[in-house]
Amino acid sequence: MGMEVQAENEVIYWLIQFPFLGPVTIQAMKDHAGSFQGIYNIEGMEWAMRGLLKEEEGARFERAKKDFQKVQWEYHSLESRGIKFTTCLDEIYPKRLRPFANAPTALFVKGELPREDQPALAIIGSRNATQYGLEAARYFGKELAREGVQIISGLAAGVDGAGQSGALEGGGSTYGILGCGINICYPRENYGLFERVVKSGGMISEFCLGEPPRARNFPVRNRIISGLSDGVFVVEARKKSGSLITVGLALEQGKDVFALPGRITDPGSQGCNELIQTGASLVNGPGDILEFFGIKFEKKLSLHEKSEKGLAKKEKMLYSFIDLQPKHLEDIVNQSGLPLSECMMILLELELSGLIQRTGGNYYGRKLS
Amino acid sequence: MFQRVNSAGLWGIDGMIVSVEADVHDGLPGFVMTGNLSRETREGQERVRTALKNGGFRLKPKKITINLSPADARKEGTTYDLAMAAAVMGAFGILDGSGLEDGMLVGELGLNGEVKPVRGMLSLVMAAKEAGLRRCFLPRDNAAEGSAVQGMEIIPVDSIQEFIHMVTEPGEIPRFYGRAWEEFGEASQDTSDVDFSELNGQAVLRRATEVAVAGRHNILYIGPAGSGKTMAARRIPTILPALSQEESIEITKIYSICGLLPKDTPLITRRPFRSPHHTITPTALTGGGAVPRPGELSLASGGVLFLDELPEFAARTIEILRQPLEDRMVTVSRIYGSYIFPANVMVAAAMNPCPCGFYPDRSRCRCSTWQIKQYIGKISKPILDRMDVTVEAAPVTYEEFRRQGRNESSAVIRSRVTKARQIQTARFAGRIGDTAPRAEKAKGKDCQRVRFNGEMGAKEIEAFCPLGPEEESYLEQIYQRMNISVRGCHKILKVARTIADLAGEENIKKIHLGEAVSYRSLEEKYWG
Repeated sequence: MGMEVQAENEVIYWLIQFPFLGPVTIQAMKDHAGSFQGIYNIEGMEWAMRGLLKEEEGARFERAKKDFQKVQWEYHSLESRGIKFTTCLDEIYPKRLRPFANAPTALFVKGELPREDQPALAIIGSRNATQYGLEAARYFGKELAREGVQIISGLAAGVDGAGQSGALEGGGSTYGILGCGINICYPRENYGLFERVVKSGGMISEFCLGEPPRARNFPVRNRIISGLSDGVFVVEARKKSGSLITVGLALEQGKDVFALPGRITDPGSQGCNELIQTGASLVNGPGDILEFFGIKFEKKLSLHEKSEKGLAKKEKMLYSFIDLQPKHLEDIVNQSGLPLSECMMILLELELSGLIQRTGGNYYGRKLS
Repeated sequence: MFQRVNSAGLWGIDGMIVSVEADVHDGLPGFVMTGNLSRETREGQERVRTALKNGGFRLKPKKITINLSPADARKEGTTYDLAMAAAVMGAFGILDGSGLEDGMLVGELGLNGEVKPVRGMLSLVMAAKEAGLRRCFLPRDNAAEGSAVQGMEIIPVDSIQEFIHMVTEPGEIPRFYGRAWEEFGEASQDTSDVDFSELNGQAVLRRATEVAVAGRHNILYIGPAGSGKTMAARRIPTILPALSQEESIEITKIYSICGLLPKDTPLITRRPFRSPHHTITPTALTGGGAVPRPGELSLASGGVLFLDELPEFAARTIEILRQPLEDRMVTVSRIYGSYIFPANVMVAAAMNPCPCGFYPDRSRCRCSTWQIKQYIGKISKPILDRMDVTVEAAPVTYEEFRRQGRNESSAVIRSRVTKARQIQTARFAGRIGDTAPRAEKAKGKDCQRVRFNGEMGAKEIEAFCPLGPEEESYLEQIYQRMNISVRGCHKILKVARTIADLAGEENIKKIHLGEAVSYRSLEEKYWG
């Protein structure tokens, strides 16, 4: 890195600490000053006079110059903390983001950035997903990652996390975009997932270190999720959900949108079904998405004819009663007419052979390979 | 002159025979009481003096000394009033006390001379029988309770005047004798006002309850509101085997001490079902207080302690259950001695799967994963470890709820449970368990043994749950594929043993293991 770029980056690092300076304002200031160092050299009052900052913001801007050295030290300590700081001046800044006016001026990265030569797909959806959504997200994440698609998501609970852990299962790479400082783990229960994502992909944030996961950060970071991806796949979304905001951003950015259909009675899938109605591509299986990326999908079996081969008659019957929506043992017993204890044993057999899973208590749901 | 009569007081849940000694001599007039007395006991002197005066007996101004012996044991309660009055009159020579040597006098006095009921009468009369006394003078309201002690001569007393009359003219005393157990027996279980046939559908819930009761496993119900968790738990006592005489007396003693015994019921013949509210304090649950009294745990002894809304209970309250559940008794220590209360309970607990109660029905439940985790995480692992059977109740459909068809009645289920329990009794006869409570070992009580499958420790599981080669490899597969802990595996084996007992099978089969596995706890799902 040239000395010049380094000096510029130091200023950028200082600039993004101001909560009132977004990427668009910074760009406007740069257009005025010619370079980032130029921005620093202009007095805060001057900026206020030019109408780019409010008066008190200008005062704050001026005052913060005292701390410039401290901020500089912090900038230089990033590397030892395993954090990369990438600005739009750097070569490695993601090309996928460059076209957008509101693209982040800089990114904090732990691990790697998505590769430019491989397709990337965002898997997004509800945090309070149903078993159907979770299982589908995991399955798609796994199958697509195995074929070399990079999975991008928000590392949140629910669909996001499921898609990303599926990608890890499939041995592919996955990237998490955070709504908080990169040194903060949120939600906390995903800590294990965080560690693994850093190893086989990366975590990315545009927020300064220590920024708490504020509610307003999440819609903002969603533009990076869609921006870094070539397409957005919505697994499960309610009618007015955050996932639909991401879809809106993706459409503005000209990305393709895919949606997984759900039952019309299921409120958790209503957003998805509406997306399909208004033109999103309906996804029947991983092959549909791979086809879009021009990758040939080898798997012959479609989802509903998963290997029932080798199952005994009764097992086959019980298996046919179980679906991705978890069913209570009570209903399975009633439908099959088998004695309770026999049902329990057969279900255990199916569970042991990995065809179904117990989703909680006495509920059973199908497992996608 | 000196006079001694017998009375009794309470020590924990047992009666303690106390001799009341009175002496009257010349000197400065006064009334002195000794014998480590509590305040309410010491106040008895005023009641006695006034009651005697109002009964028409004027005491001469003399020095009166009363001692309650053994003098070092702490005396509490107002059971000694009647005996004190009798002793004082004996000492004054108003009454010939020589006929009272084989009798026990118990009762509180009113200022007008009436004799009032006291708590814990059954324990007191039992103590009298053990001490070899033949007759008991009791307040009339307590007389029925005394009749539960077979062979004891019970003389109901209304007032101090009547008592004097009885002693001076013994021929006319109206008396009756304690009845034999068999006379109480009949009524036992069938009087229950609830029955399992009222629970529609819920085959899984019913079956899990039956298994839990048969092997005396603690059970945890998870399910949405209105799915029949409480209904099933409330019906557990109706499928438990009938009470034995010892059990019945033990239970009645506790209820009597707590003042919860209905007036016309000399003996409790139904198994208790206690459902304390989740705001209960640890002390109210285990028993305690300045003068220790039994808590809910002891009131449920011999029956079911039902903890509805388990996650809502304070963590400290639940934690305090751990030791008593292991020992089957509660020890409350005070500076002047320790009390032992029974805690021989089967625990049934119920909870919702999430704060709103609808999970996993995501069309209604909008709790976040984190909320669900936090809700369920309120329950500590050690308590979960004591729940052998976990069952999730399905939401009830309208057809099921309105169905008129006949369901299996409690009596039918009870006969199966009783059979399975007999097998267990035969199995564990004479075996002293390694999990036996220390204090009970010291007391040499019979219940120190492992009596049911649910109480088996590692040693018993090894001895009584052998598996054939096929079952062994099956279990190994389950252990490895499902990520079950060693403790979880022990639970599966214990429950499988009970299921085999219910089926009348000597050996645990694959199908029994399969059923037991589906009652395993949800640890890996919720608590993992």
